[in-house]
Amino acid sequence: MRQISIPISDEVIRSLHAGEAVALSGVMVTGRDAVHKWMVDTFIRQTRTPEGDDMEVYRAIQPLLQGGVIYHCGPVVAGLDSKAYRFVAAGPTTSIREEPYQGEVMRHFNIKGVIGKGGMGASTLAACQEVPGVYLHAVGGAASLIAQTVTRVLGVYKLEFGVPEAMWVIEVKDFPAVVTMDAHGVSQHAAIEQQSRAALAELLAKP
Amino acid sequence: MQDLTEPILELIRLTSTDLPPDVEAALRQALEQEAPGSAARSALEAILQNVEISRRNSTPICQDTGTPIFYVRYPQGWSTRQLRAQIEAAVVQATRKSYLRPNSVDSLSGRNTGDNLGGDYFPTVHFEEVEGDTLTIDLMLKGGGCENVGAQYSLPYSRAGEASFQAGRDLSGVRKVVLDAVHQAQGQGCAPGILGVAIGGDRGSAYFASKETLFRRLDEPNPNPELAALEQRLTEEANQLGIGPMGFGGKTTVLGTKITSLNRLPASYFVTISYMCWAYRRRRMIWRDGQARYE
Repeated sequence: MRQISIPISDEVIRSLHAGEAVALSGVMVTGRDAVHKWMVDTFIRQTRTPEGDDMEVYRAIQPLLQGGVIYHCGPVVAGLDSKAYRFVAAGPTTSIREEPYQGEVMRHFNIKGVIGKGGMGASTLAACQEVPGVYLHAVGGAASLIAQTVTRVLGVYKLEFGVPEAMWVIEVKDFPAVVTMDAHGVSQHAAIEQQSRAALAELLAKP
Repeated sequence: MQDLTEPILELIRLTSTDLPPDVEAALRQALEQEAPGSAARSALEAILQNVEISRRNSTPICQDTGTPIFYVRYPQGWSTRQLRAQIEAAVVQATRKSYLRPNSVDSLSGRNTGDNLGGDYFPTVHFEEVEGDTLTIDLMLKGGGCENVGAQYSLPYSRAGEASFQAGRDLSGVRKVVLDAVHQAQGQGCAPGILGVAIGGDRGSAYFASKETLFRRLDEPNPNPELAALEQRLTEEANQLGIGPMGFGGKTTVLGTKITSLNRLPASYFVTISYMCWAYRRRRMIWRDGQARYE
């Protein structure tokens, strides 16, 4: 399994190909539905005015996401009362819900890696080619296993979005994932979708 | 009335952290089917390793602990109001102990209640009075990823431009739309999944029944021979789609299919599919003579 450190250089990103298994180490940020909508509405399309600590959080996450990795994950976190946070269960959530936002978010923050499950669509694949970046697939539901690769919780932003929807800044060691969409326009998800569509057509033709 | 808060808390812990034996056995069997070195096999290896870690450490198998759905069958004399209060108390404690993720979000404000309570449907509790003196509580934790890929078809069903896709009001039509739903889901419902299918009913009762039928064990055949045959055929054919574990490609796309049928209106013929992820968390508590037993 290939070891990858975060932040990731363009050179490393371009050397990754769909199908390759990797182990990621470094600092990454979780972000899912509420975060993607907030990023796009507030800072990218700017359809809402920043309020509260929005600008402060924006400045704090920028350097973390620059060349970095966003993880579609809504963890189970222990130590909420004492703020001695610890990840208990932290598998990926379904990524396709971020499809309307992901490309813009990658370009805006120069995000090199998006981790999730289930794969993403054509606009994210286009952003992977442009930025360049990759989509990394973690094993859905393998929450206790993945949580063991989270060595430290460095902080949290937007906890008011709720524990699953907040941005958790985490340090990971040997986080396991598979590249399923690369910077060369290859998507394993598109390939499997097409193959299974053909298989479905054959089955539907039977009585 | 006895206070069942503690035994219900144990039911929640067990459900969230310890996969039922029939599901684990099916996953092990699936692993043997996949080619050595394939992404499908690695995914199943990670899944089984995760199942062991979760059981050993009492940590959630999946971080999405879903909507807690309880089915309570109680003998005469129990108060459903008090049972609901005890279930809610157990849910709050389970959240505090990290067996459950705070998952209940106000749909208008977006605020997470933080304790998995909220309104009449969170948690969801179904009550039914039964004969005898045994109280049983079934609990299912069904995550959002697989809930999102559930589907309901109104038959006859066809799609423009797809001449072969004509699903009429018979079991042949049922078969077609179920296969279509599996294809639509791809890996997004955390394949290999388990299909809960309800034929008939109305839009509401059918979704309810499609989940309820998932309480049948994977090795428990359908008592109706015609449905038993369809269950087997759907599982085999879904696995010919080649979607595979996590949508990585491979031989195992579904672990099993469970079908139930409900009476319907002459005008309606719904086929409703609840897709359950591989992390098929369902457990039963049996309360008798002041003692709890778990299955």
